[in-house]
Formats: sequence, C-alpha cells, structure tokens
Amino acid sequence: MIDWSGYIGLILQGALVTLQLTVLGSALAVVMAFTAGLARVSRSFAVRALATTYIEFFRGTSIFVQLFWVYFVLPFAGITLTPLQAGVLALGLNVGAYGAEVVRGAVKAIGREQREACIALNLTRYQSMRHIILPQALPLMLPTFCNNAIELLKGTAVVSLISLTDMTFQAQVVRAQTGNTLIPFTVILVLYFLMSWVISRSMRWLERRMTRGLDGVRG
Amino acid sequence: MPDPIIRIDNIIKRYGPLTVLDGLSMQVMPGEKLALIGPSGSGKTTILRILMTLETISGGHIEVDGAQLYHMPGNGGLVAADERYLQRMREKIGMVFQHFNLFPHKCVLDNVTLAPMLTKGMARAAAEKRAMELLDMVGMADKAKSMPAQLSGGQKQRVAIARALALSPKIMLFDEVTSALDPELVEEVLNVMRKLASETDMTMLLVTHEMGFAHDFADRILFFDRGRIVEEGKPDDIFRHPKQERTQVFLRKIIAAGHRV
Repeated sequence: MIDWSGYIGLILQGALVTLQLTVLGSALAVVMAFTAGLARVSRSFAVRALATTYIEFFRGTSIFVQLFWVYFVLPFAGITLTPLQAGVLALGLNVGAYGAEVVRGAVKAIGREQREACIALNLTRYQSMRHIILPQALPLMLPTFCNNAIELLKGTAVVSLISLTDMTFQAQVVRAQTGNTLIPFTVILVLYFLMSWVISRSMRWLERRMTRGLDGVRG
Repeated sequence: MPDPIIRIDNIIKRYGPLTVLDGLSMQVMPGEKLALIGPSGSGKTTILRILMTLETISGGHIEVDGAQLYHMPGNGGLVAADERYLQRMREKIGMVFQHFNLFPHKCVLDNVTLAPMLTKGMARAAAEKRAMELLDMVGMADKAKSMPAQLSGGQKQRVAIARALALSPKIMLFDEVTSALDPELVEEVLNVMRKLASETDMTMLLVTHEMGFAHDFADRILFFDRGRIVEEGKPDDIFRHPKQERTQVFLRKIIAAGHRV
C-alpha cells in the first residue's frame, strides 16, 4: 500500500510554484498588455511599429519555443535566468501580447463621442485616457483578460520542460515513483480547475464592481 | 464698433473628393447670438466642429478672440498649431453636442467638475461650488449625485450645458442640441438656452432645425447650402421675407414637415 500523504504534499508544493508562476506571469502580462496596447494607439509611427512587432512575434511563435529560448538560448548572450524567472518572462510576454490587442480593442471601442467631449472640455490626451477612456475601457477588457489569465495558468505546465517543479512536473514525479497515473493526475486536474475557478470568480466580481452605476434605470 | 470675436476667412474643408466647405467666410461679433440653419450636409455642423478643433481644415484661416486658431506664429510667419497652442485656444470655446456625450462612469457633479479641476487646477471645493451653481441654473441641482444613465435625454443635455459652462468659455457652440430628444423634452432644454442668452453676454453659435427657437433666440440667421452661406440677415427678414429661392424652398419644406416658425 502506498502512503499518499507524502506524494500529495509534493504535488501541493508544485501547486505553490504553479500559483507563483500564474500570479507573477499575469502581473507581467498586464504590464505588457497596457504598455503595448496603448503604444498601438500612439500617434508616433515608431512606437506603433515597435508594439506591433512585439505583439506579432509573441503571438506568432509557440510558447514552448519562447520558453526554450529564454532559458537555453539567452545564456549564450550572457543572460542566465533561473527556471522561475524564465517561466515568468516567457509566460508574461506571451500572454501580454494577446492582452495588448484586448487593451487596444477596448480603448478603440470607447467611441468618438467621448473623445470629442474630452477635446471640447480641453483635456489633454493623457487626461482623456486616464480619466475618461481607460475607466470605461477597463470593464470591456475584463472578460477577455479572465480568459487570458486562465490560459496562462494552464500554460504554466510547459515550464516542467525546463525542470521547474510545478504541479505538472510533480505529478510526473509521483507517477514515476508510484506507477500510479490516476491519482496524481486527478489531483492536479482538480487543482487546476479550482485555480481557474478562483480566477474567473474574482474577475466577475471585479467586473461587477467596475460597471456599478453604468446601467441606469432608464438607460 | 468692436472687433469680431470670430473671423472665418475662406475656409475649405474636404473629406476625400467631397468638398464640405467651399471657401466659407463669416464673422461673429462678441456677444452675438447666431443661428446656423440649412439642409443636412450643408456644412453648418462642420463649421462648429472646426471651431472646436474637432476637425482639420483643408485651407483658409480662422481667428478667434484675436488669435489664429489653426495656425501659430513661427518661422517668421504662421505654422500649423501644435497641441499646446490648440489647448490654449480651446479655453475660449465650449461645445454642447447632439448626443450629450456625458461621461457615463461619472456622476452628474463629477461630469461638471472634472474639466475645471484638471485643466484649470481648481480645487475640488471651489469646482463643486461652481458646479452646483450651474446645475442649479439648469435645474439639475437635485440630480447632482445621479449617474447619467439614470437621467432623461433632456436632463442629460442640461447637464451637458452646465458642464460646458463650467469652463467659462467666451464662445458657446450648440450642435443640434435638441435633435436627439423626445419632443416633450425639447422645451426644457430650450428654456435653459433662452435663460443663458438673456443672462450672459457669451457669444453663441447654434446649429438647429428648431426654426421657431432660432427666430426668437438669434440676433442673426445664416442659411447654409452646399458649403456656402446662401443668405443671412435678421430673423424676421430670413423667415418672413427670404430673398433667395433656395432659402424659400428650404423653409417651405421645413414648415411642411411640421416645424414651427
């Protein structure tokens, strides 16, 4: 009879790493999404071109290849990262590229009328963006950001390929040591699901909070 | 005789192959109440949008309150105005839109106080005091904490008027401000504008299809057609004795459509 408590403990340690990757990766993704997304609506051609290059490159190549680049190829350029740093960087840049298009789309969705009101009220472009456009665009971004965050969570599994001991990696270890596939993979299945459930719940809460007051009685 | 506060000189506006304004010139005196009437697509709204710097111009010059609007001094002559210069010029002008364009995520009071606080550095207390006076004037003081979505169209437009006034512009532009309203809500907005016209010496330009209101409100009527001013004059002259045939045809159509004159 196998003593599972030790093995489950191992998987839970992996869950912490997955959680860490998800939180840090998402944080980087949000920063990249806003930076590149706002750069995409810049008036400067150079800034727009730079952002477009970033977005197309990271959307157009596989996360798996990106991760290997960051972890195995960058050292040749003298940049050596820990597996966690490499994972966060690859995941954040990858998902941030998708997020940038979400930011751009939402900002564009706030129509001409709001922009013209800003001009008529003599707000600067920065003030319009900060006080009028972004606060209205943010609730539009949230549902897609929620998708992206869940994608990122599930994408963390690829880091097991650069020997980072995340949840999936630990499940493989347990499988190898016990010969049992059902239990470790059922456990991580449930854990992945619970984590994504928490993400989607909190995003929905955030969305409700942000749109409060926007839907009036008479519309 | 004082200098005109707005001097529009040979303005040309093209959208691709379409010429909307074709060498238009006009002047507005300080304090004058002007109504711009004419068929859709005649360029009257475009003139307001150009004055608010919401459009670019394809040619010509505009002077507002003694300074060029789209051009600034530079290189020993005039060069295209940059953003900072436009910002200074926009202080002189306020605009009310057909579709109100209130900020839906801010309450009525914040809609009014936002721009004075951001662009004039007014303290919140002072901005709110001024905003409440203006909301009181437009009869919306009791709705200060409401969100725009909770208001009727007429109420929204009255808030939008207060919001534009909060920056104390010398010139106010009203672009078909009652066109998007249910008929029974038109009067409450027109009343506010009547009050404004009688209580202030602001220069006002009004684009409207409300001929009766234009008649009472304006010192002078400009009739636009195809990017040109076809006829101008005192309201009585334009409405009772239009000289140009195009003006006569337009007014007949408007009356037939049930608009009061």
